[in-house]
Amino acid sequence: MKRADGSFSHEWPAGYHRIPFWLYSDAEVYTREQQRIFAGPHWCYVALSAEIPRPGDFKRSVVGDKPVVVTRDKEGGINVVVNRCAHRGVQFCRRDFGNASDFMCPYHQWTYDLKGNLRGVPFRRGLKQQGGMPEDFKLEEHALQRLQVTERHGVIFASFDPHVPSFADYLGPSMLFYFDRVFDGRELRVLGYMRQRIRSNWKLMFENIKDPYHASLLHVFLVTFGLFRADQPSAVKMDETGRHAVLVSRRGEQKASEGTQEMKSFRANFTLTDPKLLTPVKEFPGDATVVMQTLWPNLIVQQQSNTLAMRQLVTRGPDAFDLLWTFFGYADDSDEMTLLRLRQANLMGPSGLVSIDDSEMMELSQHGIGQYPDATAVIELGGRDAQDEEHMVTEAPVRGFYKYYREVMGL
Amino acid sequence: MSINPRELRYEVEELYYEYVECLDDDELERWPELFVEDCLYKIIPRENFERNLPIALMRCESKGMLKDRVTTVRETSVYAPRALRHLLSNIRIKGNENGQLHVQANYAVLETLSDEETHIFNAGRYIDCVVREDGRLKFKEKLCVFDSLLVPGSLIYPI
Repeated sequence: MKRADGSFSHEWPAGYHRIPFWLYSDAEVYTREQQRIFAGPHWCYVALSAEIPRPGDFKRSVVGDKPVVVTRDKEGGINVVVNRCAHRGVQFCRRDFGNASDFMCPYHQWTYDLKGNLRGVPFRRGLKQQGGMPEDFKLEEHALQRLQVTERHGVIFASFDPHVPSFADYLGPSMLFYFDRVFDGRELRVLGYMRQRIRSNWKLMFENIKDPYHASLLHVFLVTFGLFRADQPSAVKMDETGRHAVLVSRRGEQKASEGTQEMKSFRANFTLTDPKLLTPVKEFPGDATVVMQTLWPNLIVQQQSNTLAMRQLVTRGPDAFDLLWTFFGYADDSDEMTLLRLRQANLMGPSGLVSIDDSEMMELSQHGIGQYPDATAVIELGGRDAQDEEHMVTEAPVRGFYKYYREVMGL
Repeated sequence: MSINPRELRYEVEELYYEYVECLDDDELERWPELFVEDCLYKIIPRENFERNLPIALMRCESKGMLKDRVTTVRETSVYAPRALRHLLSNIRIKGNENGQLHVQANYAVLETLSDEETHIFNAGRYIDCVVREDGRLKFKEKLCVFDSLLVPGSLIYPI
């Protein structure tokens, strides 16, 4: 699909209210995304600090599709190194979590400390004056590749690009405000994990969480119980570049309005036999009861009522990605609050009463998109540009995403 | 439960086979009836189970919540049609005390979607507590611990 000069033979119409479908299936596009987006000057979410609280703790993670290890060293510092031995490329760390004083590659037993420094190489001096590494072989020239690391209020991000801006500059003031709303400095407590492989392009996941249009139509559960609906006080906001966004809304009631007439999924008479699921308590300042934040290029921070989760995207080629859910609460949560979070997790994840609809719809989208690379999507609800709105009858954040995407990708 | 062990085993197996039948034959409405009113049903990845992390993919704390799951599968969730088939093995009564049977079994769920070959969708074990109510065995607790954290697509139907 790529010409000799590196440009793509497909055309992308001017603007960002039309999205060409070749973006979702082209292998060359995927390769460039890995280089410019996931290995570019952007902060990728890799872990929560609460997952590696003690010196020696480590966690396997992924940046784009590249395996990395997040470690806490003896001094308490956080390191992110590639999960690839500097010798022959073996993925040396196979445990998802653990505690270690060093890492030894199982193949030839090259050994690294928790910061990725190479500490030992067997037979370096040879045996019986025979073999061994060359005289000028230096351990310090063969450390594990290290990524840039930043942590804010217990959330750890990494970047392959040494020129990545500070995290505060990267988010911008408005997105930082929403980030700090959930991550206010309190210690976090991990409640557990869910993972699913969705057979669609990764960008469809971001489009989904940047698109409040569908939420009021597709999700019977949200619409009927007023958890997220277009006729409630809502807003969409972005950073200056358009790459990050939040959808903000306030819970309403199960009652018909002017808006629900157009929502075929509104069921005035649908009730739950056991309504425990729908008894959230207010816990954040302000009126918003749901804030979904999309942080370029691999994170969704979910706050729907009392269910909190990081959703980390791991790309698996142009037509699949893994969604890694880390559900959490705060270390000072009461047992009652933890129970609410566990209960409301029924809404989310691979079996989520809400999110099932999304994962299914993304796969259906890929089925439609994948074989028609020359067709385009129409993204015109709320206009053709990308600005903040105090309502959700808009697809502006999707346009914001592609505005920035075009710049980064040079497309 | 002072009952002949062979008869008890037969009764337990019947409960499990009926359970699977409801799910595989698309008779979901019968599924909650195999639980007592005050029950707990969870689907939890092995990784969470082994690390004592409490989050579950499905968590129903009463028969009412089981019924609500059925209603959402039937009426509110949007998903592609699929056929599911459970294979059960190694049903073991691990304990029998105070009228509560502790039963474990292995399961595998095969899934068939349109345009796709049948594939193994989910595999794991049931770790259950079974009690007698109104003369028949029912689940008081049913914990489905599945082996691979990675779920292909969505897990829509109960396991």
